[in-house]
Amino acid sequence: MTGISALGFDLILAALILGAGLFAITVRDLFGAVVFFIVYGVFVAIAWLRLGAIDVALTEAALGAGLTGVLLIGAVARLSRVTTPAGNNTSDEMRRPPAGARLASMVVAGSISGVLGWAFLSLPDSTGLRDAVADNLAVSGSANPVTAVLINFRGWDTLLESVVLLAALVGLWSLARDRDWGRRAGLRQHARPGGVMATFGRLLPPFGLLLGVYLVWAGSSYPGGAFQGGTVLAAVWLLIMMAGLMPVPRMVSVGLRAVLVAGPLVFLGIGIAGAMAGTFLGLPPTYAKPLILTIEAALTLSIAATLALLVLGTPDPSP
Amino acid sequence: MILSLALVALVAVPLLAALLAVVVPRRGALIALLGVAGIATALVVLVPALVRQGVLSLSIGGWNAPLGITLRLDGLGLAFLSMVATVMAAVLVSARPQFAARAGSGETRSQWAFWPLALLLWSALNVAFLSRDLFNLYVALELLTVAAVALVAIEGKAGSLAAGLRYMMFALAGSLAYLLGVALLYAGHGTLDLTLLAAQGIGSGRSGGTAAADLIAAGLITAGLAVKTALFPFHAWLPPAHSGAPAPASAMLSALVPKASFLILIRLWFEALPELASPVLLTLLGALGAAAVLFGSVLALRQSRLKLIVAYSTVAQIGYLFLVFPLAGGDSFAQPWAAGAWTGAVFQALSHGLAKAAMFLCAGVWIIAVGHDRLDGMRGLATATPMTAFAFALAAVSLVGLPPSGGFTAKYLMLTSAFASGQVVWGAVLVVGGLLSAAYLYRPLALAFAKADTPTFAPVSRRLQLVPLLLALAAITLGLASQTPFSLIQIGRPASAVEGLE
Repeated sequence: MTGISALGFDLILAALILGAGLFAITVRDLFGAVVFFIVYGVFVAIAWLRLGAIDVALTEAALGAGLTGVLLIGAVARLSRVTTPAGNNTSDEMRRPPAGARLASMVVAGSISGVLGWAFLSLPDSTGLRDAVADNLAVSGSANPVTAVLINFRGWDTLLESVVLLAALVGLWSLARDRDWGRRAGLRQHARPGGVMATFGRLLPPFGLLLGVYLVWAGSSYPGGAFQGGTVLAAVWLLIMMAGLMPVPRMVSVGLRAVLVAGPLVFLGIGIAGAMAGTFLGLPPTYAKPLILTIEAALTLSIAATLALLVLGTPDPSP
Repeated sequence: MILSLALVALVAVPLLAALLAVVVPRRGALIALLGVAGIATALVVLVPALVRQGVLSLSIGGWNAPLGITLRLDGLGLAFLSMVATVMAAVLVSARPQFAARAGSGETRSQWAFWPLALLLWSALNVAFLSRDLFNLYVALELLTVAAVALVAIEGKAGSLAAGLRYMMFALAGSLAYLLGVALLYAGHGTLDLTLLAAQGIGSGRSGGTAAADLIAAGLITAGLAVKTALFPFHAWLPPAHSGAPAPASAMLSALVPKASFLILIRLWFEALPELASPVLLTLLGALGAAAVLFGSVLALRQSRLKLIVAYSTVAQIGYLFLVFPLAGGDSFAQPWAAGAWTGAVFQALSHGLAKAAMFLCAGVWIIAVGHDRLDGMRGLATATPMTAFAFALAAVSLVGLPPSGGFTAKYLMLTSAFASGQVVWGAVLVVGGLLSAAYLYRPLALAFAKADTPTFAPVSRRLQLVPLLLALAAITLGLASQTPFSLIQIGRPASAVEGLE
């Protein structure tokens, strides 16, 4: 795409992003808002592609639109089982906020956007740290600059982020009811044997597994990585559980918890071993590639399990 | 070698302990104690090293900033790390009766969740005190928020769930503002490292044509951190969240969590961007702090539940911290009184942490004894639990700012610099705030020491009563032996504003 057609595409994309965003916040029906939010995420992922940030595009599609969308749909589904004291179903219609609150939030959001736009336009062109990353790529153990930054140059951020994800799951589980502790996570699954769900549950996982593992493997040289691959693997695992082909694990299972902490633990372990050898989280160039693959593999496992369990949520509240 | 290992241990030990506490059932309390031992050892190694050879730095992964992330231990950070370690040790010991697994019974929900959450909170605090990288600090704040929100809601009651959700909304809005500001700073200056940002002299006119973006970025970061510190008028989430949690969790939330975002604010305005600090902005921060002191104190006076009084007192005590900006920020940093105000604010943060944790643990003891925390049930408690009453009184001495406590040293330093600089208004805020805090803390104390006709209280173990007493004594000791922490805090104290006057 060059010249006028590229400009036309970008303008239409920008309009679609704004339109989907506008619908997501103005639609009064909760489910509709979530659908527009997912659509918005897909358009934003395409925008990242247009900007040449393929890793960000993959992450936005997998996590921003995909996983967050599923979490929100799950939240809507759970809300629809709750009724307010007045007997209204909570999920059907959101209460329209008073005009004053709407005006105030419009003014605040508008002025923040305006100020940000002004700040953005006043900034000089900058390549950031692109040159510094390129200069050190050869000794980083990865040919993909994004992976080099995430696991090597700024591995400490990524390690802590994987811990944040774990903390979110611990927080979610701490919201379970006391008497549900020890039960299987999530709502009870109903899949008819031989039905559509069960068929898909057998058909899709091999392809999903292949895609997920490929994304992690490719991440060391091409766009991809633990977060994107982990999301695909989480979807595979969820599908198998929803099809009733594998039991949903119990929250008290020590094996399950070991999988959840494997990623941060391996990453931190390699970091501490590095500290003993002189550099905390240092990856010596000779071993950097296998070390990055080890860290990515462990992280993928933990991310996949954590994301799937975040979607499943706490045990079914109905007895 | 041993020093860099000790520095790594400060962040790695609580993380490792948290991961273990997730996996191993029924052993959370033991793992937490091992974590305390690890951190204590690291601090014992690091304190003399810092005094001997000054600031310690460590480039993670061997990558120097701006490409990599730097951890830097200065006196300021070490003082906060030590205060947090003291409070965490006390909290983790006090939490055992409620959250340690009982012999012969299976794992329960809150007995599992409490330990990893507390240890993750500790990890996040330590990263926030050591990291020099603005994005790494963002990740630390996110970890802190997630763990803190879950601790607010850990009792699973409808009220604490609502308070936790409200806290999360505020905190996430703050995170978003902070992250936007950090992204703008990075776009303008190509680095996230506080030391490298300081070297660019942002705001001095020699940093290129990014003045508008810099001001907006700093404003967004400051607003985000102010929300997370619960500075007035962003304090509405704090009292229900801090008073609804179980006592050990309240102690962590109120004494420690706001200190992380406050320390980042100090590092931002005194170390990274001192020349950007305009008098208007500094006065605004001071005015919001003064409003917090008055508003929080008046509301604390009007509460009828002990934990709400203590929680509103946090709103007021956080207000004092922000007086450091007009007293020592910007151009006045080169003045002789600035060092006093800056050190006073640090003393205030440290002594508030110790005293506030002691108070919430006292409240926990009394809730066990009485069954609730309404003031009308407190009559005669001093006879039944004299050690706790004494601890509460000592903590109150420090919060009010009476000699010879850490709170006194803090307010004395800030008051003298307020008068030395001729900014009498801030001095008046300190005096009025002290009087108001005496008033709102007198109410529960007077009731506890009042004679009761038929006091029937549940017994409370001595160990549970001893812990808050030790914390309160630590707050007093901070004032009695203020010389050592005073000189420790000065190690690596920023001097960048002085260069700006050349």
